[in-house]
Amino acid sequence: MKPGHGEMLVAEGDPRVAEDEERLVEEFRRQLDEGMWAAVPTTRAGSGRREALMVKDYADIPVEAERVIFFPRASGG
Amino acid sequence: MLPALLSLALIGLVLALPLLSRQAGRWRKAHEARRAARSGPLDIPLYDPGRERRAEQRARELLRSCVNDEEWGMYRDLGFIRVRGKHSRRGADSERGPAYAYLVYPHKPIVAFVPESGRLLSEYCVEFPDMTGDGGRSRLPASDDVLAKWMALTSDERRVIRRANMHLVGRQLDPARVRRDLWRLAEWERRRGQHPQTAAGHQ
Repeated sequence: MKPGHGEMLVAEGDPRVAEDEERLVEEFRRQLDEGMWAAVPTTRAGSGRREALMVKDYADIPVEAERVIFFPRASGG
Repeated sequence: MLPALLSLALIGLVLALPLLSRQAGRWRKAHEARRAARSGPLDIPLYDPGRERRAEQRARELLRSCVNDEEWGMYRDLGFIRVRGKHSRRGADSERGPAYAYLVYPHKPIVAFVPESGRLLSEYCVEFPDMTGDGGRSRLPASDDVLAKWMALTSDERRVIRRANMHLVGRQLDPARVRRDLWRLAEWERRRGQHPQTAAGHQ
């Protein structure tokens, strides 16, 4: 998510393919270096409740995740 | 004979100098005008009136794909989403639902309240500023702002609340309006055949 633009695709690929994964890791790090937060929308097993999982490292992304959403860090308004 | 001709040519040149200078000025102005006409309008970034509308449409779709059906319906019908507080009650009270919850509005503070009584607790002013350093004060589309708050609250409530500026309800939001929203939410749940999880609020 980018202020003034909304949703933008930053990278896509199959993490099982080494070349794609390298690119995804690089973009993940770049986004975090730019000060963005990264979250993965998930569904809680059992209750089925939707929630987000904040990820700080590429390795923390659940294997089944289809997307990671980057959004600006929250600050006091 | 030759010196006389040269003198005449020199005199002619001196007399023609102001005319030549004036003409050179006209040529220069005409050249600048032509250059401005060629490049001027294209240098100004064109305002796209549909950009924000399209961004908001994409943001609504993204929000819809992340939250559950109830939360999406709440946002579509009421304009806000209720998010349960993560810190649960202790012991036997834990069966009675969340001790507190939040109302998440687009581009407005998050409001904490007690679902059981409808009591308003506090406003948390939070924003998601542009981190890219492009300058300007552009903000997220409304539905992206709601999604960012939802993701922050459901994933790391403590962190987002710590970063927010906390105030008593009434600093930015009208408490009467928030209570009316709680009443609307209770009615909305009733109409959907659900037991309202939120008291209508103290008037």
